[in-house]
Parts: sequence; structure tokens; C-alpha cells
Amino acid sequence: MVRTDFDRHLRMLQSDLLILGSMVEKAIAKSLDALKRRDAEGARQVIREDDFIDSKRYNLEEQCIELIATQQPMAGDLRSIITMLHIAVELERMGDYAEGIAKICLMMEGEPPLKPLIDLPRMSEMVTDMLRRSLDSLVHRDTVAALAVCNDDDDVDALYDQVYRELIFFMVQDTNSIQRATYLLWVAHDLERIADRATNIAERVIFMVTGKMTEINVSRY
Amino acid sequence: MVTENFLNLPQTTTAEAAVEPARDATPESVIDVRELQAYYGENRALKDISLSLYSRRVSAIIGPSGCGKSTLVRCLNRMHEMSSGGHVKGEVLYQGENIYGAGVDPVELRSRIGMVFQKPNPFPKSIFENVAFGLKVNGISGNTSERVERSLRRAALWDEVKDRLKQSALQLSGGQQQRLCIARALAVEPEVILMDEPCSALDPMATLAVEELIRELSQEVTIIIVTHNMQQAARVSHHTAFLMMDQDKAGYLVEYGPTSEVFTNPKSEHTEAYITGRFS
Ligand SMILES: Nc1ncnc2c1ncn2[C@@H]1O[C@H](COP(=O)(O)OP(=O)(O)OP(=O)(O)O)[C@@H](O)[C@H]1O
Ligand SMILES: [Mg+2]
Repeated sequence: MVRTDFDRHLRMLQSDLLILGSMVEKAIAKSLDALKRRDAEGARQVIREDDFIDSKRYNLEEQCIELIATQQPMAGDLRSIITMLHIAVELERMGDYAEGIAKICLMMEGEPPLKPLIDLPRMSEMVTDMLRRSLDSLVHRDTVAALAVCNDDDDVDALYDQVYRELIFFMVQDTNSIQRATYLLWVAHDLERIADRATNIAERVIFMVTGKMTEINVSRY
Repeated sequence: MVTENFLNLPQTTTAEAAVEPARDATPESVIDVRELQAYYGENRALKDISLSLYSRRVSAIIGPSGCGKSTLVRCLNRMHEMSSGGHVKGEVLYQGENIYGAGVDPVELRSRIGMVFQKPNPFPKSIFENVAFGLKVNGISGNTSERVERSLRRAALWDEVKDRLKQSALQLSGGQQQRLCIARALAVEPEVILMDEPCSALDPMATLAVEELIRELSQEVTIIIVTHNMQQAARVSHHTAFLMMDQDKAGYLVEYGPTSEVFTNPKSEHTEAYITGRFS
């Protein structure tokens, strides 16, 4: 027997989730870009567009609830839907971090740049890569790829450490830099949180495939 | 200031907690099926079934039509041998003793392992007599009215029928008739009740009432239920067995385990396909 209609709904749910994923990925990239180029208009756009991310998340949640209520999913189907429900929430929170970075951008408007940004954009590339690969692992039901995402969290943590030490160094050297260095530290922290949520997504994928609930990589932060 | 229950959550009362008492982690088995083969004449309907059914738990048996669910439960109280050509190989141990052993009285056995059928089948007699019937057959004397009332109460039917015990049982609704049949089975105080699709002739509300009853009864009685309704198996049972047919149309046990695991993360891909409705 096949369940054409139900399977179609599951596929739609997944493709909507991927759309949400790419909206969030873009928001992260744009927020960092705005920060780098000191582009207030770009930052405002990220803040405005967060509303779309929020409403997409609620729409996904509604779809999940409706499928549970009308289709009584069991076993692997149930795990898929619950997993996608969780991932939608994780993605929306990642979007909030991007919005947070955009707000910091606006706070720094008019202040002279502290230093050319190198590590933060690198960190941002690492976390968006983790995000992308966590969603790929969902699409391919690939636990090995999911596990690799979890393990990459350590690299982000290491980079965060490095950025932290560097910014403290700035603050110690020049008290005029404290304000700006603190802002940048917040950005680094937001990026670190995004990576942590990418590992949550990967853990959910492992649960979906294996039925086992485990915390793979306990973030140091 | 009262700080407890600051979230204003409903408190679990002791009475509520008593409904589902903490159960021991390793339940005791009451029926052990060992390498059971069941036949109708030459045809083997069940092959190599081995499983332990646990005391005061609800075990559900699910599987596609014709896989031998009814045959299996009928083997558990020797009703299978009442079908023409019906015979078995292997063992069914009830409290450690093989029910197919010499010297076992099937009628006595059936008073300890009762059965409720798919279609409610009350006798065309009064409500009272329907319940009292089993007592008579099993030569149980003593205070019959007391026993009848107790059984009707346990079957959650008493309040609906206490004023009309002398009326014909056939005047009851389908759901009431099924609960009456459960009361009839309970009257002789069996330790195990077998139910073969007990709700398939009932409407959704009557079905839920019977399911509630099954959960309630499982505190005192072991229940083995065959059902086509997966959601029902998931709702009422503690353990679930999934049967399937092999190429020779003999039913075999694919998977048996805690219901919560079978319905969230089954071990076998066949079980997965069946319970997610993708069975071919
Ligand atoms: N009285 C009988 N005589 C001969 N064969 C029978 C008899 N009853 C059942 N069978 C056969 O035994 C097999 C198992 O039947 P059984 O009734 O146990 O299946 P089931 O799983 O309960 O099916 P359903 O879900 O349709 O009730 C089937 O192939 C059936 O044709
Ligand atoms: Mg049957």
C-alpha cells in the first residue's frame, strides 16, 4: 500500500523547511555583510525580514500539527514530523541571532571601526556551512554527515575563544575600544549560538533516522 | 505567599495516581507460548510462535488480515481445537504448566482464561441472567446477585443497567452489549481475558468506553487483545506483537516489544511498513 497524499505532505513539509533554512542562511550572511560594510540599510533589512522567518516557522508548525491530527503518523513518520517541528524552531531562533547581529550593527553606526573584520566573517562562514550541512543530512537521512556537523562545533568554539582573547586584548590596551569590542564579542557569541543550534538540528536528524535521542556534542558555551 | 504550584498546574490526586500505579520494571509472564504451530487440517496457520504474555498487562496482537491473530488467541485457551481440523504442536504454558498437557480440563481452563468476541453475543435472556450464566456453568454457587453486581461494576456498566436487570440483554446498545459480555467473562473471575477485535462493531464513543475499561481492568486481569486498529493498539496496550504471513501463508511473529517502542521505533522494517500504512 502507498500513502501518496500523506507522502506528498511530508515532502512539502521538508521543502518548506529547506526554504526556511535558506532564509536563515541568507539572514546570517547579510547581517555579517552589513557589519563588515557598516551598512545600516542592510542591517535594517535583516531586521525587517526576520518577520518572514517567524511567520514561516509558525506556518511549518501548523502544518506539523495538522498532519499529526489528521494522519495519526506512527514510527518513522512520527519521528520525521516531530524532527521537522523541532528544526523549524531551531531555525527561527538562528534567525533571531542574525537579527541580533543586525541590531548590533545599528548600535555601532557612526563609531569608528575597531579593526578590519576577518575572524568574525570566517566564523560566520563556518556556522552557515554547518547549517547547510545539517539540513543536507536531513534530506539524505545521513547520520554520518550529521555527526560530522556536531563535531565541527569544536572548531567554532575554538575560533570563538580566539576572537574573545583578541577582543579582551583590545579592551585592555585601549579603554576607548571597550564599547566597540563588547559589541563585537556579542556578535561572536551570537555566531557561536548559531553553531550550537546547527548541532541541535544534526542531533535531531540522528534521532529521526535511528530513533535514539542523544546529545552528541556538549558545547563548551 | 504560596509558592508551590505557581504555574497553576492541576495537581495529581492520590486517587488519580492509583489509576496507573507504578508497575514493576520486569513484569511476570503468565502465558508462555513456545514454538507453537497451529493447523487447520493440513494447513499450517501459525508457525514457530514463541512469546511471553505478561501478567496484569494489556498485550495487543496486530497484523494483516489472515495472518493468524484470531487463531493465536484461540490457541491460548484451547478454543482452536473446536474448529474442524484444528490442532497444534508446541506448547502454551499457563503459569508454567502446558495447557495441552494430559489432564488439563479445557472447560476449567476457559474459566481462568476467558474470551470476548468481535460481535457482542449476549444470550436472548435478561441482563442479570447473562452475567450469572458463567457462574452456573462453572458450578460457582454463593451470592449470585452480589457477584453479578460486582462484575457489572467492573465492566463499567452497573450504573446504566442497575434499574433494569430483568430486561432483555438484546435491548442494550452495541457498546453496552459488549460491556455486558465483558461482565459475563469477568463473573467467573478469570486471570486472563482474550479479546478478538472487541470494538470492531462499536461506534467511536463506545470504543473509547471499552478501551478505558480495558486499561482499568488490566490492574487485576491480564488482557490480550487482537485489533485491526493500530491507534487502538497504541492507546490500550503495554506490549504489542506484530504477526505476518510467510509465503506458505503461515503466520509468524515479526516483532514483539513494549508498545511505546513498537510504535515509535520498530525494529523490523516490516513492522514499520505496516504501522505507517505502507504495507504491501
Ligand atoms: N475454521 C477454519 N478452517 C480453516 N482455515 C481457517 C479457519 N479459520 C481460519 N482459517 C485460516 O487460518 C488463517 C489465519 O486465520 P485467522 O482467522 O487466525 O486470521 P486473522 O489474523 O485473525 O485474520 P483477520 O484479521 O481477518 O481476522 C487464514 O489463512 C484462514 O483462512
Ligand atoms: Mg481474526
